[in-house]
Amino acid sequence: MAPETIAKPSESPKQSLLATDYRTISYVTGPLVFVNNVHNVAYNEMVSIRMPDESRRTGQVLEIAGEIAVIQIFEGTQGIDVDATEIRFLEEVAKIDVAPELLGRVLNGTGKPIDGGSPIIPEARLDITGAPINPYTREKPADFIETGISAIDGLNTLVRGQKLPIFSGSGLPANELAAQIIRQARVKSGEEFAIVFGAMGITHREASYFMSQFEQTGALERVVFFLNLADDPTVERLLTPKCALTVAEYLAFEKDMQVLVVLSDMTNYCEALREVSTAREEVPGRRGFPGYMYTDLSTIYERAGRIKGRQGSVTQLPILSMPDDDITHPIPDLTGYITEGQIVLSRHLHRRGIYPPIDTLPCLSRLMNLGIGDGKTRDDHRAVANQLYAAYAQGRDLRKLVAIVGEEALSETDRRYLRFADDFESRIVGQGEEGRTIEETLQIGWDLMSGLPMGELKRVRDFIPKYHPNPDEQADL
Amino acid sequence: MIVGTIHKITGPVVVARDMLGAKMYDIVRVGQQGLMGEVIRLEGDRATIQVYEDTSGLTVGDLVESTAGPLMVELGPGLLSSIYDGVQRPLPVIAEQSGDYIERGTVASALDRDRKWQFTPGVAVGQELQPGDVVGTIPEGQTIIHKVMVPPDMSGKVASVAPEGEYTVDEVMATLEGGAEIKMSQWWPVRQGRPYVRKLDPTHPFTTGMRILDTFFPIALGGNAIIPGGFGTGKTVTQQSLAKWADVDIIVYIGCGERGNEMTEVLTEFPELEDPRTGAPLMDRTVLVANTSNMPVAAREASIYVGATLAEFYRDMGYNVAMMADSTSRWGEALREVSGRLEEMPGEEGYPAYLATRLAAFYERSGRVKPLGSDDRVGSVTMVGAVSPAGGDMSEPMTQNSLRVTGAFWALDTSLAHRRHFPAISWTKSYTLYGGQVRGWFEENVAHDWQELRDRAMFILQKETELQEIVQLVGPDALPESEKVILEVARMLREDFLQQFAFDDVDAYCPPKKAYMMLKVVLAFYDAAVAALNRGVSLRQVLDLPIKDKIAGMKVTPHDEAIEDLPVFAATLAEDIAGIEVY
Repeated sequence: MAPETIAKPSESPKQSLLATDYRTISYVTGPLVFVNNVHNVAYNEMVSIRMPDESRRTGQVLEIAGEIAVIQIFEGTQGIDVDATEIRFLEEVAKIDVAPELLGRVLNGTGKPIDGGSPIIPEARLDITGAPINPYTREKPADFIETGISAIDGLNTLVRGQKLPIFSGSGLPANELAAQIIRQARVKSGEEFAIVFGAMGITHREASYFMSQFEQTGALERVVFFLNLADDPTVERLLTPKCALTVAEYLAFEKDMQVLVVLSDMTNYCEALREVSTAREEVPGRRGFPGYMYTDLSTIYERAGRIKGRQGSVTQLPILSMPDDDITHPIPDLTGYITEGQIVLSRHLHRRGIYPPIDTLPCLSRLMNLGIGDGKTRDDHRAVANQLYAAYAQGRDLRKLVAIVGEEALSETDRRYLRFADDFESRIVGQGEEGRTIEETLQIGWDLMSGLPMGELKRVRDFIPKYHPNPDEQADL
Repeated sequence: MIVGTIHKITGPVVVARDMLGAKMYDIVRVGQQGLMGEVIRLEGDRATIQVYEDTSGLTVGDLVESTAGPLMVELGPGLLSSIYDGVQRPLPVIAEQSGDYIERGTVASALDRDRKWQFTPGVAVGQELQPGDVVGTIPEGQTIIHKVMVPPDMSGKVASVAPEGEYTVDEVMATLEGGAEIKMSQWWPVRQGRPYVRKLDPTHPFTTGMRILDTFFPIALGGNAIIPGGFGTGKTVTQQSLAKWADVDIIVYIGCGERGNEMTEVLTEFPELEDPRTGAPLMDRTVLVANTSNMPVAAREASIYVGATLAEFYRDMGYNVAMMADSTSRWGEALREVSGRLEEMPGEEGYPAYLATRLAAFYERSGRVKPLGSDDRVGSVTMVGAVSPAGGDMSEPMTQNSLRVTGAFWALDTSLAHRRHFPAISWTKSYTLYGGQVRGWFEENVAHDWQELRDRAMFILQKETELQEIVQLVGPDALPESEKVILEVARMLREDFLQQFAFDDVDAYCPPKKAYMMLKVVLAFYDAAVAALNRGVSLRQVLDLPIKDKIAGMKVTPHDEAIEDLPVFAATLAEDIAGIEVY
């Protein structure tokens, strides 16, 4: 038995030469096919389908009960009949060929090259499901990634090995933000990231936007592009993130690269999951999504991190659209429970022409404290972030009040907070296309804080002599 | 031995035929790799099995072998400072065997079989022993004395006892007349609570070092509490702070379906942290059970019971144990997932109808008890469960069902978290049912007017909430000075008392005595300010005194210094305010 085949009971070896082609399809529904009288079929085994017109499709075993196997067909079931279609079980779980030469290539959603280039000579063939990383062998993420975006670097710092999703809404510039991060992301050592891009159900326009971005910045030769477009088979995109992450893990942990994985759009992935679940007539959970969606998503998002004794790292930047901008929708909700924070885009800021429209209040980076401070960014980073947050929250609250009582009713301090909130949005958040170093970001933060009375700056008190633009100014209230 | 064959495979659930004789919750080995599973339904000769590992590659016809026993954990010295997966396999050993990733079918012993432990006998030949009696002791770590106890199903006269010396966990420490052997380690089925003589009233507080919890919402040793909150509200940070600072002997920390990087953080941080009372590494008194979200879902369901059993074992030795489960919602979801695969009729939101029963049975394993044994030791298990309500909506079944069986509700508030008010525990929504029971302890050991201060501070905070509604309508200037002072003091309470920075060296832990002093200062300020206003002084004059900054600095003042200085400060600030002249 070849090592990559699935272990089977030794008393019934299935020789590939004698592999049976089944013509026993009994039932076809949605993306699923039920096959009768099958023997020695393994759970999650891959399947090749020969259509009546001799074309081939691929599928995967979802369930076996006695002699009936339930198969999901990645390319859809259109054209399948119960009479002539043949099913062959491939004796292996879903796998992907990997090699360092994948960098610079464009692959379809299941990892086959579609850029017309030469075939890939595999260095290894890996199971795309991946095994969970032993928490004991994980390395604590601790290295600051400079994305050049103030709202992220300054307030919700990304670190190497983190998974930080972007919660977007339809029409919001999540792709532009992702492209900008890809363009600017640097670790302190200056090393460049290898990018693994998993596109799931995005439109042709979005895909070509990313392509042209990569081309313009010369990043193309360090990108592996998995492409499942909106008009590609839905079920195929269930494999796309797993393929992408398998390649990412290979590049990171076998080839010592720093890998940034961008997955867009996770909402489409979840909808494919729901489609299959509904076809299987499973008990639906919230909004019709299957009850195991948390577990399923975790097997994707948890494949980020660092491993002790290895140089590389996998950092994830998944993008998802919140349906109707609703952050409590199951997709953003379950994602937020698994990922280490989130970057939330705001329609309100976008309408006011602020780019990137990052709504900092609901944003969070759980690993921020590990990646900042003296020696990593700057000693005042934590304090500045806290002060900016508190002051901005205060300013936002006051806006509501002003809407009712008018600005005249406010005290001078409150008016300064209001101005602070406006400046915060236009100067810290709304930086436009430019990239900023962390020092620049913190400097702007101090500039803004200097507009507040000194007595209000409780959280940065220890750093005022060192960084405040006018440290000797008396609290003038 | 019962050996059947696989008939059906769907996700983590497998149905096997020819399993006549298998019992509910028996452990089985599935397929060639011997994947571990548990029988969860029987139907004629068919057994439905939830498999604790990924089922990819299993085929119909693969063998299923019953071990004829339920899921057990091994209890003995060496549990402390270990890190286990959901079915008590040590992760470091798995890493040695299968590398950086967790491969399937790994078998690893929970306790180190070769390690020698220093045993000191505590009984003599001929002595009559009851279940739970201590045969001898073993120093486990620097501070914990491990007690080798007579298992609950044994009793009799001692026939022989091992002399003082070094032994491994497999060796017999004593034999009873009739031949029963008491080994250094024993086994216990996880789904069955360990027996005890009786439950005692919880009267001793579980002090946490978190001001908002100790002052406003304390629970008792042996009590239980839930921490519900949407993502990003600080459940995990709160749980970890509790694990670090709570005044207990042993911590059992269960990472149930949570993030791998977070478990790593616990793993790297705890060995470096010192136990604030003994100076020994915190890890020396901690057991970690880590089942991250991408590890098999059925093992996640089991992990909570594994943790509870480990906690009960140390309780039986007479220790106070705190068990943190982060997050119980993931456990509930594991139940839901398996229930869905069994095609059971769903209850609310797809959760099985027996969710409430399971939750109640689980939380009832907490308590302060008189364990088995003829001495008068007392032990307790305090449980704190995080809940992750979907969409932050507390009306969902996990939160509601947990609320019905737990004694305290520490509600995390998203809007507090957004403004970086941490711990983001809401003082308007949270409650505790232990207040009356632990009040006596605080009045005796901290200050006789503890309860009074607490109630007054709470009143000011509640009043602020009401006033804020008015301010929202008419603006702050419309309030009279007497109400503006309430807003000022409430703000002090929020910023300078309730907010606590878990990553600050001093502020991370606040002893109740210091919390009391801090409260006393703020209320002294309030009283003095109200008196001054009555004399005709303006609030602006009061606020212009250099007092506010000093109040803000209280939390980072070292504890001993603060406890000494704050009463003086309270008196001087009252004098200063009283000394303001009326213009």
